[in-house]
Amino acid sequence: MKMTTKLMATSALVFAPLAAGAQDMADEMTIVSWGGAYSASQQAAYHDPYMENTGVTIINDESSAEAVAKLRAMNEAGNVTWDVVDVVASDAIRLCDEGLAMEIDADEQLADGDDGSKASDDFGDLLVSDCFIPQIVYSTTVGYRTDLVGDTPPTDICAIFDTETYPGMRSLEKRPIGNLEWALLCDGVAKEDIYDVLETPEGQDQAFAKLDTVKDSVVWWTAGADTPQLLADGEVIMGSTYNGRLFSLIVEQEQPVEMLWDAQVFDLDGWIIPAGLSEEREARALDFIKFATDTQRLADQAKYIAYGPARASSAPLVSTHATLGIEMAPHMPTDPANATNTFLYNYEWWADYRDDLDAKFQAWLSQ
Amino acid sequence: MAEQVLAADGRPLKTSLNRALRRQKLRALMLIAPLLLFILLSFVMPIADMLFRSVENQIVGETLPRTVVELKDWDATSGAEPDAAVFEALARDLSIAVEEKSHTRLGSRLNYELTGISSLFRKTGRSVDEVGEAAQDALEALSPAWAERSAFGGLLGTARWTADLDAWDGEGTAPAFEARPEMAAALPETTRLYTSFANMVGAEGDNPLTEKQWPIVSHVFAQEIVTAETPDGLDAFGQAVFSDVKAAMAATTLDDPKAIFIDVDEDWGSTDVWRTIQTYSPAYTDGYFLNSIDRLKGADGSEARPENEQVYVTLFIRTMIMSFTITVSCIVLGYPIAWLLANLPARKANLLMILVLLPFWTSLLVRTSAWKVLLQQQGVINDILVWIGLVADDNRLQLINNQTGTIIAMTHILLPFMILPLYSVMKTIPPTYLRAAKSLGATNWTAFWRVYFPQSIPGIGAGSILAFILSIGYYITPEIVGGTKGVFISNRIAYHISTSLNWGLAAALGAILLAIVMLFYYAYDKIVGIDNVKLGG
Repeated sequence: MKMTTKLMATSALVFAPLAAGAQDMADEMTIVSWGGAYSASQQAAYHDPYMENTGVTIINDESSAEAVAKLRAMNEAGNVTWDVVDVVASDAIRLCDEGLAMEIDADEQLADGDDGSKASDDFGDLLVSDCFIPQIVYSTTVGYRTDLVGDTPPTDICAIFDTETYPGMRSLEKRPIGNLEWALLCDGVAKEDIYDVLETPEGQDQAFAKLDTVKDSVVWWTAGADTPQLLADGEVIMGSTYNGRLFSLIVEQEQPVEMLWDAQVFDLDGWIIPAGLSEEREARALDFIKFATDTQRLADQAKYIAYGPARASSAPLVSTHATLGIEMAPHMPTDPANATNTFLYNYEWWADYRDDLDAKFQAWLSQ
Repeated sequence: MAEQVLAADGRPLKTSLNRALRRQKLRALMLIAPLLLFILLSFVMPIADMLFRSVENQIVGETLPRTVVELKDWDATSGAEPDAAVFEALARDLSIAVEEKSHTRLGSRLNYELTGISSLFRKTGRSVDEVGEAAQDALEALSPAWAERSAFGGLLGTARWTADLDAWDGEGTAPAFEARPEMAAALPETTRLYTSFANMVGAEGDNPLTEKQWPIVSHVFAQEIVTAETPDGLDAFGQAVFSDVKAAMAATTLDDPKAIFIDVDEDWGSTDVWRTIQTYSPAYTDGYFLNSIDRLKGADGSEARPENEQVYVTLFIRTMIMSFTITVSCIVLGYPIAWLLANLPARKANLLMILVLLPFWTSLLVRTSAWKVLLQQQGVINDILVWIGLVADDNRLQLINNQTGTIIAMTHILLPFMILPLYSVMKTIPPTYLRAAKSLGATNWTAFWRVYFPQSIPGIGAGSILAFILSIGYYITPEIVGGTKGVFISNRIAYHISTSLNWGLAAALGAILLAIVMLFYYAYDKIVGIDNVKLGG
């Protein structure tokens, strides 16, 4: 009797930590992302190795485009079914403001860089919100049809507004962000003054007046696939879209299109963890994030898609495309040759002015 | 008076009948109960909840309860910022809100009304713990005991609470704070703030006695202790507090929240921010509805928005006109097809029916994207027109990304909704009527117009209602082919739901749209009569 008790007590002592270890993390997780080539690159670079290492089942959900609204609805219903969500930085800021995403301490909860730097230094300025773990740097830039722009191909962003030299349709994103900055830039405002000017009603009028000059020759796009399609069909002679989309149009589909890196607008995409997860799920999500945003993993993703890794320490590790075998570094928005004139999206400023300028932009569009 | 008729069991027949009927009705209700419950839970309640958001505005009062009360008497037209008491209240409210992380949420709510409040709240949230540093320093200078974290807990909390905390094993949430009644009477606001602090720390699984209290607690304590009356039955520590500490605090210069806030951001010194908070402090607001009709809450009543921000009224009108155009196009195109369907021999009619239904079964996105390929300037239709020489190559027709595109694509998509009810009504019109009319000397046209058409009107009615109501709420197709001039109000609703998170405005726009549909339905019932609508038979 005594012996059995003792045995049971010992086995309980031995097995308790094991059992606790297994309970600490959920063995299934739902990761939300954008779908398409982007999700495929994440699957190859992050999900597959992680599932192999840990035996966790990862369920993919392609709802990132509606992530903000869905997370809010889930939060109100008290039933958050997502564990890790891929969002753009401005959405991450909004989610963080609304208390829908969990705050993360970069140095404590993320891996150090391979070069020994702390995570907060390695990501540097790209940690634009307390809840956001950056993954890639992408840019919105302009591509043009080499066969439709005449003998002098455009070299700078203001070609968008130059309908005399480049007659024909152009496509721009159906939102104020990016377009207003380009309009002011091409109206003679210095790059560093743009947001100061855009804060004033006169500055806003100036930007809209500049956009007015091309309003009749613009096709407005809402999905990233629109501009590549319009370019391929010859519907537009130039248009803005994400650099990765242009990369696959030029390199993979070999269309007569060139890229204009001038005044590319940098933006970030990365992970957030929804607020209000159970302890086990939160631990699992954190574990995944730590793995998926380490130096090597971020560099790996660049094998599959032309977006720059968010860690400084990942840049030297970027290698060749997994199937095409070409060097990826020259196709990164962050490559020094491409980044001679770049534009950094001002998150804080847009968080304030987005509602107001969007109303004005919509009113302007419908006039 | 006639004698009462009795049933077989001796009860009055009337009661007996009523009873049987009631039982029958109950049974019928039980039969539909699952469906009723389902509709109630999954349809009526979510819609009601969503509509409620169009007026709901509790977030301001809940996040800034003290400020809202203090701000009530401030005169926005005076041109001067509110007095120190308001800033004092704001410091207290914000200190709690920052810990709850609800201040940024309020910031984005108010940013819908005044640009810049979002970052104002975020920025101020980072500096709000400066209020109270002076008091905290003075307390610690007075006695190191105040640097010890449990000092406030011991002073304000009951002995039972501290004992419970000592016995607490650190699992789950800590025992809820219990204030000493005499302290709650002597130092009411300090107690309230400490309660928030202790319960919030406890909810995170930490022990409030080992955590340093928020600076605002020290700040408010230093203010209150100076005028507080000494309660009876204090221990040595408590007596020291109400004599020495009281005297020391009276001699301390405390932080001035007003100076600190205005130093953080000069916008706190402007009346705009305060006016916005004051205007939106009630729990319910008509602000979203005003916004939906391009107006705003100004200094005195509602006023029109600046012209470069007016968009919704235009969109509502456009949605109505275009939906009407689409419905009419559906009637014009659908009527002959339905007539053919109803009058062709069965074999041919079936083939035609399949042609009508085939697009109906194809995915909406596929159909819309197909229209894109057809209609664009380098698309199939333009290519053909150029090829046959109707249109010059450098002057191709603009058929997409405008209203034309939306009308063409939506007419195609909604056509089956018109054809099917028309067909089922026409099927029931006996061909003998037409023959009879003709044999009585009517021309083809007269026979059709005077005899056939009036009988097909219920089908037109049903089809029109379906097509019109469906098209009013459509958003995918206009989004893809509508460009800038061909989008509907539903595209803005979708934007506010999924991107800007301004659900209140989305709900108000939706409520107006719902009201318009109801109005049309009512008008239709009055003019045509809803009994004249037939979906078949």
